[in-house]
Amino acid sequence: MRSTTNGAAAPWDAAAVVMIAQELKDLDGPLLPILHAVNDRFGFIDERAVPLIADVLNLTRAEVHGVVSFYHDFRRAPAGRHVIKVCCAEACQAMGCERVVAEVEEELGVALGGTTPDNRVTLEPVYCLGNCALSPAALVDGKLHGRMDGARLLALVRGAGR
Amino acid sequence: MTRVFVPCDSAALSVGAYDVAVAVAAEATARGLDVTMVRNGSRGLFWLEPLVEVETPRGRVGYGPVHAADVPSLFAADFLSGAAHPLRQGVVEAIPYLANQQRLTFARCGIIDAYSFDDYLAHGGLRGLRRALELEPAVIVGAVIDSGLRGRGGAGFPTGIKWRTALQAESAQKYIVCNADEGDSGTYADRMIMEGDPFILIEGMVIAGLAVGATKGFVYIRSEYPHAFRRMRRAIGVARARGLLGADVLGSGRTFELEARLGAGAYICGEETSLLESLEGRRGQIRYKPPLPAISGLFARPTVINNVISLASVPIILDRGAAFYREFGSGRSRGTMPIQLAGNVKRGGIIERAFGLTLGEIVEEFGGGTQSGRPVRCVQVGGPLGAYWPRHLFDVPFDYEAFAERGGMIGHAGVVVFDDTVNLARQARFAFAFCALESCGKCTPCRIGAQRGVEAIDRVIRGDRPAAQIALVRDLCEVMRDGSLCALGGLTPLPVLSAIEHFPEDFEPLRRPVAAQ
Ligand SMILES: Cc1cc2nc3c(=O)[nH]c(=O)nc-3n(C[C@H](O)[C@H](O)[C@H](O)COP(=O)(O)O)c2cc1C
Ligand code: SF4
Ligand code: FES
Repeated sequence: MRSTTNGAAAPWDAAAVVMIAQELKDLDGPLLPILHAVNDRFGFIDERAVPLIADVLNLTRAEVHGVVSFYHDFRRAPAGRHVIKVCCAEACQAMGCERVVAEVEEELGVALGGTTPDNRVTLEPVYCLGNCALSPAALVDGKLHGRMDGARLLALVRGAGR
Repeated sequence: MTRVFVPCDSAALSVGAYDVAVAVAAEATARGLDVTMVRNGSRGLFWLEPLVEVETPRGRVGYGPVHAADVPSLFAADFLSGAAHPLRQGVVEAIPYLANQQRLTFARCGIIDAYSFDDYLAHGGLRGLRRALELEPAVIVGAVIDSGLRGRGGAGFPTGIKWRTALQAESAQKYIVCNADEGDSGTYADRMIMEGDPFILIEGMVIAGLAVGATKGFVYIRSEYPHAFRRMRRAIGVARARGLLGADVLGSGRTFELEARLGAGAYICGEETSLLESLEGRRGQIRYKPPLPAISGLFARPTVINNVISLASVPIILDRGAAFYREFGSGRSRGTMPIQLAGNVKRGGIIERAFGLTLGEIVEEFGGGTQSGRPVRCVQVGGPLGAYWPRHLFDVPFDYEAFAERGGMIGHAGVVVFDDTVNLARQARFAFAFCALESCGKCTPCRIGAQRGVEAIDRVIRGDRPAAQIALVRDLCEVMRDGSLCALGGLTPLPVLSAIEHFPEDFEPLRRPVAAQ
């Protein structure tokens, strides 16, 4: 699952990484499931996890690294405690998602793609959430919302806690 | 006992269906009423979501859009007997939007309890598979060829022909892969099936396995759909427990195993060879073709890769016969297509109809015009690589060839409506920017060309020698179209050039300033 909030992320634990890799290594094509599991557990994929996973799967570090860096989902650094993804694709553009983004950026003092200085909120674009008939759409800590406007989204962010 | 239906589709949940379900349960308990709540998928009439339905002797009566705060008043009005209320929409099947459809693939979606295998069976589930189990592989393939079914993922390749290639390939191991990456903006049909009628997809994949001799399948679901992923996984578990999957499919002695896998946020992984790379655990870069995946696909084995809707359309073809299915449609576009109406539209939703509706009928008659109440200026059809269509082309019928003739494509059948505040230069810029962002990096025209395109359009918008910049954009588009390995680079020119062709005034910033957004 896409890492949604860093609030519950676990601290670095090399043994846990190896255990995840061991557990999933017999799947057909195990690398993505392993990376998802690591990303979920720690909130990002620590550079130190790469050689450990490579070792279990008998791959080079470069191969694992190449995969981590290819996909938007795999974070290289922790996100804020809450992650807001605003859909910036066409059906949401048609319903004014740019305005929603601008209002949230202004109120939180963070640009799309960034994290607030207090590390509370990461604001990111996403391209279609499959909610295009109820646009604009946004994911707040992994939960989908439709018919968004700036005020409603900000209320959700305020309601999300610390 | 009264049955009340509250959808568990993620779009319905996104506007409060969960709170409505909780409120209905609480109110029923408080009033001591015998209510059974069913969590169905969505009917796809999204402007009415959350749409609550009540089973009555006259049929299912709908109320919507319902908010949790409306629930006490619904009970007070005796909605459990289908009584009047300001939110009452009447018998759901009689709502014109739905009554004017031809639901084959979506026949059960929004009607049944999506997790209930028994409900699936009670509504005609597994009839196609049972029929297929009596047939030789070549006969199953023949039926799919005869039905005229073409891929619903975008390219429109005949499904049966692909299956025949995989059937004829010799190998001890073959695979069925379902493409549930659904990356096109403006589309959600795959998601609705996975959330609202997942067993139909599983049934379609098992039939595909029987047809080509594959014993293992994967559903590759985009990570932007966490809810669909969870639901699909759970449905696979139920299907295994009920003998639809496993070593002895419905007691036939045939094997079919299925796994759901999660993508990782890359639009390009919707392209079939990139998806296979991703499933194998690599960067999602495009493979050169040949070899075709049907000959050498996943782990270099013969692999059928099909879109969710293609596979979910197979059970009814086997059940009712190829002739029944191909009766629907026009020209070489046979069967039905779930059109997904989205964006700035009053009544957005799924419209499953035989090919041949015009854009005007879709946008005006079904859609009811814009949500904003302003005039419709254009639609984009077919996702981020699809063309922008002006109103004067709204008489074009929805069909693969008719769209191709006019320089567009239907893709996965998403129709996104824009009102007159849209600026097409900005939309063209977005098309380039999206291509640059999602390029797999393998070919220069796509990787670099798209970035140059963004810069050129930025200069147009600033009014910096627009004519020269547009000439540059045209050149770039030609290079991208001719020099790209796949359709991401190859088709990005479609939205760009259609915007320039049909809306030239938006590329002359002095005459038409960028509308305040
Ligand atoms: C850039 C790109 C993105 C694509 N995205 C999807 C997608 O999200 N879903 C899909 O089914 N097909 C997608 N396709 C089409 C697939 O490559 C392929 O044609 C399809 O999975 C075949 O299944 P079908 O014949 O049943 O449509 C995409 C193609 C390209 C070039
Ligand atoms: S056109 Fe773009 S996405 Fe397609 S193979 Fe080339 S670089 Fe990759
Ligand atoms: S385009 Fe925003 S949800 Fe699909």
